[in-house]
Amino acid sequence: MKDMIETRIPRAINWNRLDDDKDLEVWNRLTVNFWLPEKVPLSNDIPSWGTLTDHEKQLTIRVFTGLTLLDTIQNSVGAPALMPDAITPHEEAVLTNIAFMEAVHARSYSSIFSTLCSTKEIDEAFRWSEENPHLQAKAKAILDTYAPGNDPLKRKIASVFLESFLFYSGFYLPMYWSSRAKLTNTADLIRLIIRDEAVHGYYIGYKFQRGYEQLDEAGQQELKDYAFGLMFELYGIENQYTEELYDELGLTEDVKVFLHYNANKALQNLGFEALFPPEVSEVNPAILAALSPDSENHDFFSGSGSSYVIGKAVATEDEDWDF
Amino acid sequence: MSRQFPALVYFSSKSGNTHRFVTRLGIEAARISEDPDAPLPDPQEDFVLICPTYADGQGRGAVPKQVIRFLNDATKRAHLVGVIGSGNRNFGATYALSGHVIAEKCNVPLLYTFELAGTETDISRVRAGLEKIGRPLCSTAQ
Repeated sequence: MKDMIETRIPRAINWNRLDDDKDLEVWNRLTVNFWLPEKVPLSNDIPSWGTLTDHEKQLTIRVFTGLTLLDTIQNSVGAPALMPDAITPHEEAVLTNIAFMEAVHARSYSSIFSTLCSTKEIDEAFRWSEENPHLQAKAKAILDTYAPGNDPLKRKIASVFLESFLFYSGFYLPMYWSSRAKLTNTADLIRLIIRDEAVHGYYIGYKFQRGYEQLDEAGQQELKDYAFGLMFELYGIENQYTEELYDELGLTEDVKVFLHYNANKALQNLGFEALFPPEVSEVNPAILAALSPDSENHDFFSGSGSSYVIGKAVATEDEDWDF
Repeated sequence: MSRQFPALVYFSSKSGNTHRFVTRLGIEAARISEDPDAPLPDPQEDFVLICPTYADGQGRGAVPKQVIRFLNDATKRAHLVGVIGSGNRNFGATYALSGHVIAEKCNVPLLYTFELAGTETDISRVRAGLEKIGRPLCSTAQ
């Protein structure tokens, strides 16, 4: 593979000749959504931070350290590992953007820490992240898949699971605090990260589907078995990680439902069906509302016939409408 | 005929989430192609539109260009009776925004919103809902 790349003629990337429109669509989305942690007024959360108990503070710092580890892996190993497998030069360019934004995400947690915590607390949490067996196990499961020489499509599966599933045991906590009007600026920053990870999971999942559809039936079955097998393995680790972190606050069951919901979404990004049935995937509405302010289940069909609510407009002007 | 549904028109990009949703609904539906040169569906009866969202952080570009092109034709949108929007809650305020935008532009109800390719719950609710609004439509058409 490497030799093949080196014997190719070096070619300048031409964005005016696309092999796959999705590359430009996602490049535009990611660049328009670019942000830095400095734009979020984290210091406004200092009074709110003071209302948390010592245990809640420690939990929050640990959760964010765990998220930092995943972002670090995706920045330095995950996204770069996908580059040699890129089908188009534009895909490589998108992956460089993804890699860089993961570095921004990892850096953001340190901004939160420096705003809210003492050096001693921060150092303790980073030490914890190196020693926690569940956190290390999920990092290892993903890194093993990223190793050089591995199947390009298996790497994409692992990458989508990291982007669309593994982060969520951590993302739950700032959404929970936000639903209780705590650490709301921190939650705003986390929502920017969640938005980026959603695009990453969508795009890498899309590229997976393009490769998957080229395979014969046996090849597809093997990959699908691999994907569900890896999901089971990661889910097992996430369950233990969740129990260890959230048992004391009594939130474990609520977090697990959130895991099921996000595991299903990760599988959908790969084009697969859901794994967890609806009855164990109905997320606490307060958490859904923290994710998306206008997101109570919109169901006109089941309504009593009262008038429907038209959404409050964000910016929707588009010159293409002609009525 | 055991069930009667309104006609369905939908858009799905190559990532295929909306296409998978429509396939699982098991109701005949016309797809708006991504290819700008492909002919657009031409519904001759009342129909529901299912549309995913592609908005950036500010909500721009929520409705796919091809769907706007389809709706710009007054004879096509004349039969639109409702819209179902999809998206991802991870995009916060712009979740399923295309459904809201189309509902407002075309003055039709936003019937339902769902995420990605939808859940089993979404499929059964939308099937039941479409059946509910399809029955009177189909009987008056006769």
